[in-house]
Amino acid sequence: MTQAKTLQPDEARQKLKFYQKGTFTVGNRLVSEDERSVQASEDRSNALTSGHRACQGCGEALGARYAIDAAMRATDSDLIAVNATGCLEVFTTPYPETSWQLPWLHSLFGNAAAVATGVAAAMRVKKKKTRVIAQGGDGGTTDIGFQCLSGMFERNDDVLYICYDNEGYMNTGVQRSSATPPAARTATTPAVGPAPGNVFGTGKFLPKIAVAHNIPYVATATVADLHDLERKVLKAMSIHGARYIQINVPCPLGWGAASCDTIKLARLAVESGLYPIFEAEHGRVTSARKIRKQVPVRDYLKLQKRFAHLFRDGVDDPRVARLQAICDAHIAEYGLLGDEDEA
Amino acid sequence: MLKQIEGSQAMAQAIALCRPEVICAYPITPQTHIVEGVGALVKAGELQDCEFINVESEFAALSVAIGASAAGARAYTATASQGLLFMAEAVYNAAGLGLPIVMTLGNRAIGAPINIWNDHSDAMAMRDAGWIQLFAETNQEAVDLHILAFRLAEELSMPVMVCVDGFILTHAVERVDIPDQAQVDSFLPPYDPVQVLDPDHPASIGAMVGPEAFTEVRFLAHYKQQQALRLIPAFSGELAKIFGRACGGLLRPYRTEDAETIVVAMGSVCGTIKDVVDEMRDEGVGIGVVSLVSYRPFPVEELRRILAPAKNVVVVEKSIAVGVGGPLADNIDGALRNLDGRPRLHSAIAGLGGRPITRASLRRLFRMAVENPWQGAHFLDLNEQAVGREIHRVRKIRRSGSTAENILRQLAAANPLPPG
Repeated sequence: MTQAKTLQPDEARQKLKFYQKGTFTVGNRLVSEDERSVQASEDRSNALTSGHRACQGCGEALGARYAIDAAMRATDSDLIAVNATGCLEVFTTPYPETSWQLPWLHSLFGNAAAVATGVAAAMRVKKKKTRVIAQGGDGGTTDIGFQCLSGMFERNDDVLYICYDNEGYMNTGVQRSSATPPAARTATTPAVGPAPGNVFGTGKFLPKIAVAHNIPYVATATVADLHDLERKVLKAMSIHGARYIQINVPCPLGWGAASCDTIKLARLAVESGLYPIFEAEHGRVTSARKIRKQVPVRDYLKLQKRFAHLFRDGVDDPRVARLQAICDAHIAEYGLLGDEDEA
Repeated sequence: MLKQIEGSQAMAQAIALCRPEVICAYPITPQTHIVEGVGALVKAGELQDCEFINVESEFAALSVAIGASAAGARAYTATASQGLLFMAEAVYNAAGLGLPIVMTLGNRAIGAPINIWNDHSDAMAMRDAGWIQLFAETNQEAVDLHILAFRLAEELSMPVMVCVDGFILTHAVERVDIPDQAQVDSFLPPYDPVQVLDPDHPASIGAMVGPEAFTEVRFLAHYKQQQALRLIPAFSGELAKIFGRACGGLLRPYRTEDAETIVVAMGSVCGTIKDVVDEMRDEGVGIGVVSLVSYRPFPVEELRRILAPAKNVVVVEKSIAVGVGGPLADNIDGALRNLDGRPRLHSAIAGLGGRPITRASLRRLFRMAVENPWQGAHFLDLNEQAVGREIHRVRKIRRSGSTAENILRQLAAANPLPPG
């Protein structure tokens, strides 16, 4: 057990100091108070503090910091986190150091949802108001942790489960998960043979499965829109029962992308239609984030070495068109084109 | 209060008296009556301040218990057989995290071939997981051991598995003295965790530990279990005072004084063995039995002291470590290591998959140990003819099919249904 208290509370929280007054640099301080992000506040909890071992440009570290700080604000820091095995667990807690400034428990790869159920049950029986989140990567969520997650959903346990979806087993060296997109190269779907990369017609989009459980709240989010991510976490924490948020978090290492392109890739994933951003309540989709101007999926794929085999010799592989068709289908299914007002 | 009661119901009442705060249940025969029993007590409001959670698997059952325990709640679950194996990863994890969860194991065989009846294969599969493992001989002992288990688990911050023979104990109706709430409360204080998830004192629990410290962490787990060798007799003594009868302990010797032959066994079979010991003692045979309660930690010193004067030690156990022999016999052998003039060890595998262990067979076994000792593991009441035929068949035919099915066919052929 590592006590975070070795640092003075303000040191650990790294309370923000705004040096560049009157600029936009630190989180929208020129917008009105109620529209500012949690991260822009001097009172942010900084629950995932600096010094961790995430790669440069890690989308998961960014997404986790925004998500957990928003949950901390929503609960007045009366929050416990349960973490599945994975990158987030490993890079934040090389004993005896820890980046977590909230009570945090790691048990196993596949049981985060069930462990969180147990924590929530303990809080209920002890008549405490402490809230519980569980978090994991896509492998720990859509594959090995799926049974425990579905059980938690079905029982409507009072847990917010956050999946940081980087579309593969990045911690173990970039293997395919059921969230890996078609055609993507991973260590177990290598870019060799007549059909290089991950096969088409496989995989699962867990948010839809979560919606099918009729739980109170399901949302997808992206590190390209951190305001939206914070808003969704705050909303999720205003609701009791089983909730699920899946955040698209680009992985520079696993995707073969430049560290500086993390936000750009996350934005292109949304604007191509490949990663639909929506909310659902009690089994019904209630809103979808509109795409201002659809970008060809090609623009998204070209920035990543995991799709490089689709563009060999300057010719687009026919599977680029198949990926485009997937994007178009998402746009049609969720009504992603049009004005924001229509949402 | 004395009751004529099914073992599972008695255990359910004892568990409720321990005031568990989170109970996780997933059904598996023969554990079902226990969790049904505590579930009914929660639902009826007799057991208050307790969350009863119906989970979707044994892996989730123990995982929910892990979360509850780490958050400061007294957590309980129960399983058997395949269920224990399905939760295996969490079994090790609960021990590694030092969480004082109590779990009942309704001992049952492990498939394939699927078999719902009693043996100790399940407990043996998890014997090295870091849990304390206590074996009950009777339903009275099952009740007492559960109460002891919570105290022991929380004192050491270590999980405890109470092993009770499936059906033989779980489904047997017999006389059991159920203590009252005041008695249990006087023995078992509220759970005071050594580490807890607390927003006022945030800690990170369950992070990665590298080669620089892993050995020390494991050593301390072993050291902590050794402390139980002192605590189990101490707590058993406390319980005995409160209940006014003998309870628990590391092991129980029966007529071992001046015994040339000492039998060692665990669980309900010790009752049958005691009957045989009595009969043979009446015939002038110097024989006794040690009923081993604490399998983990293994009470090496006590066993050495009791077994050293004997000529023969016969280990009767309901499990087989395939490719080696009897795991309990191996542990007893280890306990006798480097002992001058140590007794000869005889290993017997008995009662697999629920096969009855009869007094007649035990008598033959104990006589054989003295008069005609065997090497390796002896399989009590093995149908040698059926086994011999099957070995021959497999040698002759490449596509010989399922062993289990072939043995059953042979048995059917040997005992055809009467005509009409």
